Formats: sequence, structure tokens, C-alpha cells
Amino acid sequence: MGKALHYSSITKKIIMSLAGLFLTSFLVVHLLINLLILFDDSRELFNQAAHFMVTNPLIQTFQWVLFAGFIVHIILGVVLQIQNWMARPVKYEKKGASEQSYFSKFMIHTGAIVFIFLIIHFANFFVKAKFGHIEPITYASGTYEDLGLLVVELFSDGGYVAFYVIALLLLGFHLDHGFQSAFQSLGLNHSRYIPWIKRAGTAFSALITLGFIAIPLVIYFS
Amino acid sequence: MDLTLKIWRQASAGATGKFVNYPVSGISEDASFLEMLDVLNESLVMKGEEPVAFDHDCREGICGACSLYINGRPHGPDKGITTCQMHMRNFKDGETIVIEPWRAKPFPVIKDLMVDRSAFDEIIQAGGFISVRTGGVPDANAIPIPKRHADLAMDAAACIGCGACVAACKNASAMLFVAAKVSQFALLPQGKLEASERVRNMVTKMDELGFGNCTNTYACEAECPKEISVSHIARMNREYLVAKVTAPKE
Repeated sequence: MGKALHYSSITKKIIMSLAGLFLTSFLVVHLLINLLILFDDSRELFNQAAHFMVTNPLIQTFQWVLFAGFIVHIILGVVLQIQNWMARPVKYEKKGASEQSYFSKFMIHTGAIVFIFLIIHFANFFVKAKFGHIEPITYASGTYEDLGLLVVELFSDGGYVAFYVIALLLLGFHLDHGFQSAFQSLGLNHSRYIPWIKRAGTAFSALITLGFIAIPLVIYFS
Repeated sequence: MDLTLKIWRQASAGATGKFVNYPVSGISEDASFLEMLDVLNESLVMKGEEPVAFDHDCREGICGACSLYINGRPHGPDKGITTCQMHMRNFKDGETIVIEPWRAKPFPVIKDLMVDRSAFDEIIQAGGFISVRTGGVPDANAIPIPKRHADLAMDAAACIGCGACVAACKNASAMLFVAAKVSQFALLPQGKLEASERVRNMVTKMDELGFGNCTNTYACEAECPKEISVSHIARMNREYLVAKVTAPKE
């Protein structure tokens, strides 16, 4: 880890962008499974999928790669930010009037709130699913732990739903800058494709955010 | 025009500075920003006060000497020009104009609005050159260079090294400057020979000097008086990645 701090600024940014893109791919899988809960009231599809995710050995192994991705992205993000603050010891009296990518200014802030959300989210679902006792439920296809019930119960709490929605919106802002930024850091810049990458990034961020937000809202209001 | 200038005054590198307000009156809208400061300095000299120190040289936008962070923007309002080319018609009568030096750890203040930009020279010394003799001007088309590459290299070479990119960047990153210098050589056959070492050495020096990291905020491109594109930063990232991956084992 000590060696990582001595990586050049560009190396750090390249690792940062690869980790970021990797984490983004995880969001897609996560969202697709979550959406299943909206499609049947018995929660069978969702519970079946959740059961597959926590028992499949390949996914269980890959889970550690995912954790590593989170740790690398978070640690490098903090290191880069501290270096950036140190690079300007005396601040401007009147600052930031330059035209710039808006959300890029708040990556550390949106990132920090998403991180706090992640810890709470982890305690609410992952820790309970792994180490706690969850009531089993029997369907025609088999007996699974009723993780869906846990979701429905949590999302009936208005305060939690509000927190969830805000955290996910901030994640969307984080993704909007992060997506196109990753391509720039990797040197994948081309006058022809960059406008499309930016548009795709914004559309992707909006879809991911709206998808995740829809679930607690639908459950809360039904 | 009557204006109030809120200017950073600092007697020397080690001294503590502060903002001082100076009223100026009767300024022509057609005066350049530096001429306006000349008027202020003349009045200060007449009163027996120390004039405001600021960098300037050619006053036609090509030397890169002038700086000044004006109302939150390097080289003030208006796009694609240096402070010396900016005119007072960009301001309103009665306005207060805040004038600060470039702020970055590798750019320490020497006096008032002057900063030491020799960090840029150090980056150039680390690799911003070609170390073999390239001879005199070659005959036209003796060295084949695609028109597109010649144009891109020329765009990159437009960098005057003023440091506005560092001043504008929220992280005080020098990526646009270094990327312009790296691109200018990497695109041409004479520069390609040392491209790999060059990019590694220049980036190492840039980091060592304490410039910040790039967060792809693109304020640098918006403020660059020569409108150098951030696509050069992407090229440098690419060059650096390839150079690192293909570098021989030490």
C-alpha cells in the first residue's frame, strides 16, 4: 500500500478510472436483480435471484474482487484529493468563476456520502443476509431466505426511503462526471466519440439512478 | 470609468500579504488592463507609495509573462486572451475588481502579484526538448508528416507557459501545460524517438514539484489564452500508459 502512494498522478488516475468503471458494471447487475422485486408480489423471483447470488461459488469468489475494487477506488480517491488540497495552500479570495464540469467539483463530497450510504446499506442487507437469521419462505420452486421481506420492511420507513433516494441521486451525479472522466484518464479521447461518451454517461447515470430510486418509492407508496 | 481595485499586496516572498483597496478614476474603456494598472502605479509613485508589482513583457499576448487572477478567473473575463490583451470595457463603471496572484504550491509569490513560475522551466528541463541535432530547416516534404499531425503539434506548441491552467484548476494541476509540451513533440517524427522517456520524466517532475492531480474538470481549457484542448491531456495519459507498460525492466 505504501508503494501505491508513490505511483505517479497519471497511474493513480488510470487505476482510479478502471476501478470506477468496474464498480459501474456491478451497479448494473445489482439494479437488474433489485428490479425483480417489483415484478411479483410473492417476491419469488427476487428471493430466487438473491439465493443464487449468495450461494453461487463463482459469484462468492468474485465478491472479493468487488470489495477490492471498492477499497482501491476509495483509498486512491482520498489520496488524490488530499494531494489536490495540498497543491494550493493559499486559497483564492474570489474563486471558481471558470467554466467547468460542474459535478467534478464535488466528487469527494458525493463519494463520501455514497460511502456512508454503503456502510449503512451493508449493515442493513449484507451483514443480515450473511450472519443474521432470515425467515425462510417456501415456493413451488423451493425454499429460500425471504430477503425480499427485509427490503419491503425497510422501504416502508419514510425516513429511510428519503435517505436512500438522496444517496442514490448523489451517486448519479458522481457517475455523470465519473463515466466520461474515466475515458479521458485512460486516454480514450477522440473528437468523434467524446460527445457520445458524454451523452451515454449521462443517460447511463440517469437510468441507474432512476432505476434504483423507483424501487423504494414504489414499495413505499403501494 | 471609476473603479475599486482590491489587490493582493505582499512585500516579499516570506512576508504575510493582505488585500488593499485602491480607488481609480477616469479610466478609459479602451485602456488595456495593464495600462489601467500603470495608471494606478503612477499615482502610487506620485504619492510616494510602493507601486504594485506584476509580471508583464510583450503586452501583445505571445510571451506568457503576464498573469493575474481577476474576479475569479485567470487572465480575467473574455476567452482566449491574456491579461495584457484584455480591455477595461469588460468591466462596469463603479465595479470592484479583485486581483490576485496565481495560487499554487509550486508557484510561490515573489512580490504582490508576481509569482515564481520556474517550476515550469524545471518540467521542460526534465524532457521538453529534443536531444539530437535535427539539422537545419529540411526541404519541404523531405520528412513526411501528416497534415493533421502537423496541425495538432502546432496547436499544442501555441502554449506560452503562462500558468493560467494551473491557476484555473481547482487542484492546481499542471496537466494541460505538460500535455501541450508532450504532445508537441510526440506528434512529430523528430520528437517520437524520445517520446517514451520524455513523458515519464516530465510527469515525474510535475508530481515531484507538488502540482495537483487532474480531475478532468476542464477549467484549464476554458481559461487557456491559447485555447489548448484537453484532448492533449488524453494523449499524454495514453503516451504515459504505453511508456510505462513498455518500459524496460530497471
